[in-house]
Amino acid sequence: MTTDTEQSIAADMQHDAKDHQADHHHGPAKGITRWLFTTNHKDIGTMYLWFSLAMFMTGGCMALLVRMELFQPGLQLMQPDFFNQMTTMHGLIMVFGAVMPAFVGLANWMIPMMIGAPDMALPRLNNWSFWILPFAFSMMLMTLLMEGGAPNFGWTFYAPLSTTFAPPSVTFFIFAVHMMGISSIMGAINVIVTILNMRPKGMIMMKLPLFVWTWLITAFLLILVMPVLAGVVTMMLMDIHFDTSFFNAAGGGDPVLFQHVFWFFGHPEVYIMILPAFGIVSEIIPTFARKKLFGYSSMVYATSSIAFLSFIVWAHHMFTVGIPLAGELFFMYATMLIAVPTGVKVFNWVATMFKGSMTFETPMLFAVAFVVLFSIGGFSGLMLAIAPADFQYHDTYFVVAHFHYVLVPGSVFSIMAAAYYWLPKWTGNYYNEKMGKLHFWLSFVGINITFFPMHFVGLAGMPRRVPDYALQFADFNAVSSVGAFLFGFSQLLFIYNVVSCIRNKNPATAEVWEDAKGLEWTIPSPAPYHTFTTPPKID
Amino acid sequence: MQTEHQEYYVPDQSYFPIVASIALFCLAFGSGSVLTAAENSGDMGMITLLIGFLMLLFIIISWFSKVADESRLGLYSKQMDKSFRWGMGWFISSEVMFFAAFFGALFYIRVLAVPWLAGEGDKGVSHMLWEGFVNQWPLMTTPDPSLFKGPEKVVDPWHIPLLNTILLVTSSLTLTMSHKALKLDKRIATSIWLALTVILGGVFLYFQVVEYHEAYTELGLTLASGVYGSTFFILTGFHGLHVTIGTLMLLCMLVRVLEGEFSGKKHFAFEAVAWYWHFVDVVWIGLFIFVYIL
Amino acid sequence: MKLLSSAKMATGLAKAQLTLLLAFTVPSVSADWQLNMREGVTEISRSVYSLHMIIFWVCVVIAIVVFGVMLWSVVYHRKSRGAKAENFHENVYVEIAWTVIPIIILIGMAVPATATLKKMYDSSESDLDIQITGYQWKWRYQYLESGVDFFSSLATPIEQIQGKSEKTENYLLEVDNPLVIPLGKKVRFLITANDVIHSWWVPDFAVKKDAIPGFINESWVRAEKTGIYRGQCAELCGKDHGFMPIVVEVKSEADYQIWIKNQQLAQVEKAKSAEKRWTLDELMVAGKEIYTKNCAACHQASGEGVPGAFPALKGSPIVQGDPAAHIDIVLNGKAGTAMQAFSDQLSATELAAVITYERNAWGDSLGDIISPSQIAKLKQ
Ligand code: HEA
Ligand code: HEA
Ligand code: CUA
Ligand SMILES: [Cu+2]
Repeated sequence: MTTDTEQSIAADMQHDAKDHQADHHHGPAKGITRWLFTTNHKDIGTMYLWFSLAMFMTGGCMALLVRMELFQPGLQLMQPDFFNQMTTMHGLIMVFGAVMPAFVGLANWMIPMMIGAPDMALPRLNNWSFWILPFAFSMMLMTLLMEGGAPNFGWTFYAPLSTTFAPPSVTFFIFAVHMMGISSIMGAINVIVTILNMRPKGMIMMKLPLFVWTWLITAFLLILVMPVLAGVVTMMLMDIHFDTSFFNAAGGGDPVLFQHVFWFFGHPEVYIMILPAFGIVSEIIPTFARKKLFGYSSMVYATSSIAFLSFIVWAHHMFTVGIPLAGELFFMYATMLIAVPTGVKVFNWVATMFKGSMTFETPMLFAVAFVVLFSIGGFSGLMLAIAPADFQYHDTYFVVAHFHYVLVPGSVFSIMAAAYYWLPKWTGNYYNEKMGKLHFWLSFVGINITFFPMHFVGLAGMPRRVPDYALQFADFNAVSSVGAFLFGFSQLLFIYNVVSCIRNKNPATAEVWEDAKGLEWTIPSPAPYHTFTTPPKID
Repeated sequence: MQTEHQEYYVPDQSYFPIVASIALFCLAFGSGSVLTAAENSGDMGMITLLIGFLMLLFIIISWFSKVADESRLGLYSKQMDKSFRWGMGWFISSEVMFFAAFFGALFYIRVLAVPWLAGEGDKGVSHMLWEGFVNQWPLMTTPDPSLFKGPEKVVDPWHIPLLNTILLVTSSLTLTMSHKALKLDKRIATSIWLALTVILGGVFLYFQVVEYHEAYTELGLTLASGVYGSTFFILTGFHGLHVTIGTLMLLCMLVRVLEGEFSGKKHFAFEAVAWYWHFVDVVWIGLFIFVYIL
Repeated sequence: MKLLSSAKMATGLAKAQLTLLLAFTVPSVSADWQLNMREGVTEISRSVYSLHMIIFWVCVVIAIVVFGVMLWSVVYHRKSRGAKAENFHENVYVEIAWTVIPIIILIGMAVPATATLKKMYDSSESDLDIQITGYQWKWRYQYLESGVDFFSSLATPIEQIQGKSEKTENYLLEVDNPLVIPLGKKVRFLITANDVIHSWWVPDFAVKKDAIPGFINESWVRAEKTGIYRGQCAELCGKDHGFMPIVVEVKSEADYQIWIKNQQLAQVEKAKSAEKRWTLDELMVAGKEIYTKNCAACHQASGEGVPGAFPALKGSPIVQGDPAAHIDIVLNGKAGTAMQAFSDQLSATELAAVITYERNAWGDSLGDIISPSQIAKLKQ
């Protein structure tokens, strides 16, 4: 402030501001408005997490419908068109509704507490990022009731199936995507600003917990690709309603253009769904190995190079669309390269466990399973990266197996691990360890029964996105379906565990886990409504 | 950036976000209904759309004025100020990527798709399907004129577009002048330069409208005239939209300056708008080169 | 270097894993429980298969080492065994090692992959060119040299799909007219689509190319064994994506020539049948068959269509009204919709029959006959 008038105003406003601050420490507001109007990163985080769980159930139930239809050859339950709607909605909801919001929720809860900041940098914007989602998804789900049915063109919505040949509801789908985009971008901005600007003195970048690091990089990815997604759906909208011809050869356009733009978003998107998972695992393994994370700095560099590479590999989803040879080769090489930094991470985790002193509470179980099962998914990814071989794999269940291995025992397991790891900090109570372990083992078995056989049917030649299949695929599909239900119902245990952890009093210490490192463990459990309003000392 | 810590202002509860979300929903759902004429009463959709729009407008205004008040009250520390700067910066980079998508499409179409359709390059066999189609840009005859009739003429870069380029570039300069003046607390100079900028923005928009009108009425260049029209209008269109928003924001800044707000040291809102305006300007240069000239 | 030593021991632990994974390499005895990719019947498909197996084993070995070490520490370095945590947490040399070694492995992988890919892309000097066009939901094959031109669609009866009758051996993998190609000749495919994107895939040839509307992708095959090879559409193309199989019959050169001759004769026959004069009943019978095969998928057997997706024909103004309009839309389709142009898909007779059928089926019989000759004129 410059002029003395302002000075004086400022003066009395300052203390006004002070008791502004003061009444914050009174804790949450009463009633529903606490959630509707909140600006508190913990509340917002909580809402994100519950939302994600709800979406996980919705998308999961759709998946189970899909599995039911595929339990045996022939059309049992549904018409092919409805089957396609289920597949599509399942993919969209799981990706945009379950996994991404879950990670944002964790970011909201943990990033400020991990770096010692009072809250997210832009609290109101933060709340907006959340509240857009329920509306976006209710619009998305409303399409199920519309004439002509919900989107039925796959979560990759390739033109022209999603333009000229799409059901009317596609328009609402497009606007839903726009809304999600706005939400993600604002969320990402918030994360970046918080991390870059809200660190107390002494919290240098190379001291940031890896979860924070991976989220920082994820946020950059979001900011760079979400607008591209918005762009491509906008072009769709134009083609559908305003007679443009971006994706129509008759006007000089090209359907493949759609795929290029979509995958320029799409591939980084899949790393958006795994980088925070890497971060979580890198937090959990050291804690339960009671040993410092091996190769912290190399982890940071590895993550960054994965992020960088993710921008130059998109066409590995398009090996069969007839890209000129040179392009095909480039994208094959670039894609294979990603195995290297990812490998570094895997090796670092193993090296952290090596010669540690390990115990296997539920979070650790999920984390260890993550390392193994994600790697299996990664290996199949690497096989897919071999362009000539991909001519056989592409659009078969081998791909479905690949991405479920990286997404379900990958992303989803990491989210569950994180939940068990931080629940005591959030709720102030320990969850029931026995039930936690049970949930893990059922999920672990269920997952593999569901998705491992998909490798086999895929290689044997079963295409994806089909409601019915030739007889030789029958046996493995039956197995998959059984596994799916096992896994699905085991998730009821998760819900039970979370709820009982909130309800039953089983007070947790501030540290929660035996000498766990990190700022979040220095504050009491449950974490007070406002933390680090005065910055912590970092040695 | 690690910083000495001042009390970081965490705002009270606020109803803006939730209402804004509802507004967005109405806006989206309304537009959707209008476009698809779903629940076969188009005006129902139109009403929802308008409600959504008004709500959003209301929120934007009250949200920004709230922020302005808070900053007047001196609730914002240096650190907060930096948060806003980072925030605006990253918002603009996301905007850059939004335009990048369309530029990317344009390049792909011109460098790969159209030549392939015309029998050149790796996928030249495709020409089998489009006998007689030739590679040219601007694309005057599309592969299938019966479906997409190409434009008769295209906009001549050396008339309105050149003029518009000059207008926008000058506007960037005048805005910088205004900013400099503000830094020195020369209020009158500030407002004059700023007013000039607003006017330049307005004139630009006017010419843009004229250009579109000509395109539709005289040149036969429309959204429907093949992929040239498509890329032309989506790029210039979204740019135009941004100029409109920018001009409006500049206008708000002008009002606030006239009301004696901002100080030589503390005027982030002004700067943010300035960044935005320069960004819009840079995009235009890209347009002028790749859409109009080349 | 402790890492390595323990890795050795770890292989012991990983034996079990290995045996499970070996399952992959077991050549499938019965069709059921088939585990692995087919080796196929072309040079290309075999090299693809070997690439697949190499990369697979590379992954298995790496997995054994990595998971081995992990399992080892999981077993021996647990607190319950009194393991004390050491506090090393950095080692530049190891880091470099496990960055460089994977790179080398990958380069080793990239070399053969590149070679194979080059071969796949070289469709030059073909002996025979066939244009393949994907339609919702059938394939069209045009022999550019000999002018043979026909459609190929699912032959499995709907009863089997709905479980009303026993499913037969080639369920969903059988078509009315298979594509026929000569043994040992280099056949070049020009693949495109008429409506949405499809993908033409025959595993035994290791050929999978997307069919992009408005563009042409090239691919080729030189089959080394006569026989019947089955594949499916491999790109989501709408509701019946799962029901547009591909069947290729590889015949000896001689047999192939005979087949071509017969095809050409058959086409002449079809053209002739237009001159014959047809009774309403004849047309209705023929029409019903064609309708169920070509139209029912969208407009439904009942003619009631699917609200929001496919318009009803029963009682529709076009079907009820002036024949010319009706004929026009069937022959030339409706641009920008799923309604295709059938003029080049069906013979004059077939068209006449199906239109007649539409105008007289579903109760609202107008009794008017669309004669084949009339259509035949229009088609010129
Ligand atoms: C979390 C999400 C996620 C992640 C992390 C990945 C990771 C990878 N993916 Fe995957 N992918 C998807 C989600 C993901 N993918 C989805 C959703 C699809 C389908 C989209 C659709 O069509 O619907 C897909 C599809 C997909 C395809 C297209 C297949 C097709 O449609 O034909 C390809 C092709 O290259 C591919 C490759 C890879 C590679 C190389 C990695 C690499 O990052 C993996 C790297 C990891 C490892 C390799 C394992 C650990 C490493 C070591 C132990 C070191 C040593 C190893 C070696 C040197 C071999 N993926
Ligand atoms: C993170 C993303 C994610 C996740 C978690 C999952 C989870 C699951 N997915 Fe899916 N899946 C995708 C992303 C994901 N998927 C994508 C992107 C596609 C491609 C779509 C496309 O082709 O366009 C796809 C496609 C896909 C297919 C292929 C469909 C086709 O090609 O036709 C199948 C088939 O089996 C499948 C199955 C499953 C199953 C059984 C689960 C299970 O793990 C789900 C288990 C979870 C639940 C069951 C919900 C939780 C349960 C409860 C809360 C208990 C109470 C409820 C009940 C018991 C009913 N998924
Ligand atoms: Cu045709 Cu899928
Ligand atoms: Cu990818």
